[in-house]
Amino acid sequence: MDVPENAPEECPGTQSESAGKAASCEGCPNQQTCASGQPKAADPDIKVIAERLRSVRHKILILSGKGGVGKSTFTGQLAFGFAQDEKCQVGVMDVDICGPSMPRILGVEGEQVHQSGSGWSPVYLADNICVMSVAFLLASADDAVIWRGPRKNGLIKQFLRDVDWGALDVLLVDTPPGTSDEHLSIVQLLKEAGLDGAVVVTTPQEVALLDVRKEIQFCRKVGVPILGVVENMAGFACPRCQTVTEIFPPTTGGAERMCADMNVPMLARIPLDPRIGQCCDEGVSFVTRHPESPAANALRELVDRIRLQINLDGEPVAAAAASGAER
Amino acid sequence: MAEEGAPNHLRNVKHIILILSGKGGVGKSTVASQVAIALQKMGKKVGLLDVDLCGPSIPRMFGVETHDVHQCSDGWVPVYVNDDQTLGIMSIGFLLTKKSDPVIWRGPKKNAMIKQFLSDVFWQGLDYLVIDTPPGTSDEHISVVESIRDCNPDGAVLVTTPQAVAVGDVRRELTFCRKTGIPVLGIIENMSGFACPNCQECTNVFSKGGGQALAEYAHVPFLGCLPLDPNLTRCLESGLRFLDMFEQSPVAHQVTAIVQRLVEQCASKE
Repeated sequence: MDVPENAPEECPGTQSESAGKAASCEGCPNQQTCASGQPKAADPDIKVIAERLRSVRHKILILSGKGGVGKSTFTGQLAFGFAQDEKCQVGVMDVDICGPSMPRILGVEGEQVHQSGSGWSPVYLADNICVMSVAFLLASADDAVIWRGPRKNGLIKQFLRDVDWGALDVLLVDTPPGTSDEHLSIVQLLKEAGLDGAVVVTTPQEVALLDVRKEIQFCRKVGVPILGVVENMAGFACPRCQTVTEIFPPTTGGAERMCADMNVPMLARIPLDPRIGQCCDEGVSFVTRHPESPAANALRELVDRIRLQINLDGEPVAAAAASGAER
Repeated sequence: MAEEGAPNHLRNVKHIILILSGKGGVGKSTVASQVAIALQKMGKKVGLLDVDLCGPSIPRMFGVETHDVHQCSDGWVPVYVNDDQTLGIMSIGFLLTKKSDPVIWRGPKKNAMIKQFLSDVFWQGLDYLVIDTPPGTSDEHISVVESIRDCNPDGAVLVTTPQAVAVGDVRRELTFCRKTGIPVLGIIENMSGFACPNCQECTNVFSKGGGQALAEYAHVPFLGCLPLDPNLTRCLESGLRFLDMFEQSPVAHQVTAIVQRLVEQCASKE
C-alpha cells in the first residue's frame, strides 16, 4: 500500500527495510530518499479527515468490480431506506467522478453546492438525507470530467476534508467500478476515520462475478471488512405471464456459489424490476412508490439486515446535532 | 493509414474503432466482441484490444482466458481464436499470473501498460482494430486517444442502455470525443427491451428510447437497438460464437446490419 505512484513494478514499499536498496529500486526517482532512511511522512490530511468525520457514526462503501450492476441504484435505495426513520441522518458521497449518478437517483440533479465558513454544504433532498457529488460542480449535463488519477484523488480528499457533513448516523459512499485510484484513495484517506465495511454488488452472470471476485480480494488486501454481497437483477418475472427468466443467467452458480467459495456473507437477491430503473430516472424512492413488489420486499429486508449488522440503532446521535443544528 | 511517428505496429492497421461509454455495464465488451466477430465473418482481418485493466472481460468471451501470451522478436503475439489467424486478441487478462488477482493500479501505471499494449502488440497487419475500453473518461481513455491520435482512428462507437441514468453518463463521453477530436461513428442502444420467451410480451426492462434521443440531440448517427437476449449472455459466458449459433435471432441481424453500416462509413474514409 505504501508504494508511490512512480515506483517500479517490484517496489518493496517505502516503509520496508529494503526500501531504496532492493534490486528493483534501481532507477526509481525515490531511491535516494528511501535509501537514506528518512521516513515517508504520512499524509497530514488523514488526521484532518478523521477529525472532520468524528460526527459520522457509520461509513459504508458500496463496491463492485463490475460496472452497471446497480451500485448507485442500490446506494440510493439504501439511503431512502435508512432515512425512512426520520431520526436517522443519512449522507451519500458520490466518488464516481466520471459517471456521477447519485444526484439524479436522489432527485436533486441540477442543484448547487454552497460554501460556508464550515466548508462545502452537501445538497439536502430532505431534512435527513444529504448528498455530495462532482455532478453539482459541473455547469452542464454535457460537461465531462476528463481527469487523470491524481486530480480525481484530490477531489475525493476535498469531499472528505472540506464538506460539512454535520452529524450523520451513516455515510454511504458510492464508487465507480474497478479497483483503481478512487478505491485506493477512499480507503487510504479513511484509514484513521474508520470504515464499517463494504457492501459488494453483483449480478448473477460469470462476466460480473469475474470482476467481483477481484473486488473482494481488493477489500481483503486493503483491510476493508466485507459486510456482504448483494445479487442484483436476479431473475425477471414477465408482467403479463409471470414466467421468470434469468436474463443474466448464473452460469457458474451466481453470487451464492461465489459467496460460499470465498467465505463472504450473501446479503440478498434482488429481482429485476423495470420500475426500479424508472424510479432512478425520476429520482424517487422505489420502495416508497411500489411497496408491495417482490423487489421492494427484498430491499426492505436488506436495509434491516445492514442496519443490524452495523448496529445503526445503537447509541443515539448527540442531542445537539440531532435537533437540526445549523447547516 | 497511420502516419510516421505512430506506435510501430499500428502503422499496419487500416481502421481503428474505439468502443466507448461513459457508463459501466451497458455492454461495451459484448458489443466489441460481436463487432469483431461480425467483421471477421465479413472476411476482414481483425484485432481486438481490451484495455479494461481492472475488469478484462474479453478473454472469457472467447473462451481463451487460460491462454498466456508470448513474445516474438517483433513484440507480443496476440492470442488468435482460430487457425487462420483472422481474429487476434490482446488483454491484460492474459498477463495476470492468477486470473482472480485484482489489478490495483493507479493511473500512471495503467497508462504505461496501455501505451505498451498499443505499441508492442505484433498485429501483423489488420483491416480493423477494435478497442474495448472501461467505463469513464479517465486515464485509460486519455492514454488510448493520445497513443492512437497519429493513426487516424476512424472513430468511436458509443454504447448506452435506454435509461436516463445511463444516457446521462454517455452524454459526457460524447463531450470527451469532441474535446479529444475522436469522430463519433454512432450510438448503439443496448439492452433495449426484452421479449418473454413464453408469451413474447416485450418489456422495456431498462426503459426505452434514450439512445435514439441522445443521438438526435448530439447530431450523431443512431446505429440501432439491440434487445436483451439471454442466449447472448450464455454464449459469452462460455466462449461460444453467438453470431454462428443464433444466426437468425433479432440481435444477430441487428449486429450484422450495424457492422455493415460501420464498414461503409469506414470505407468512405479511405
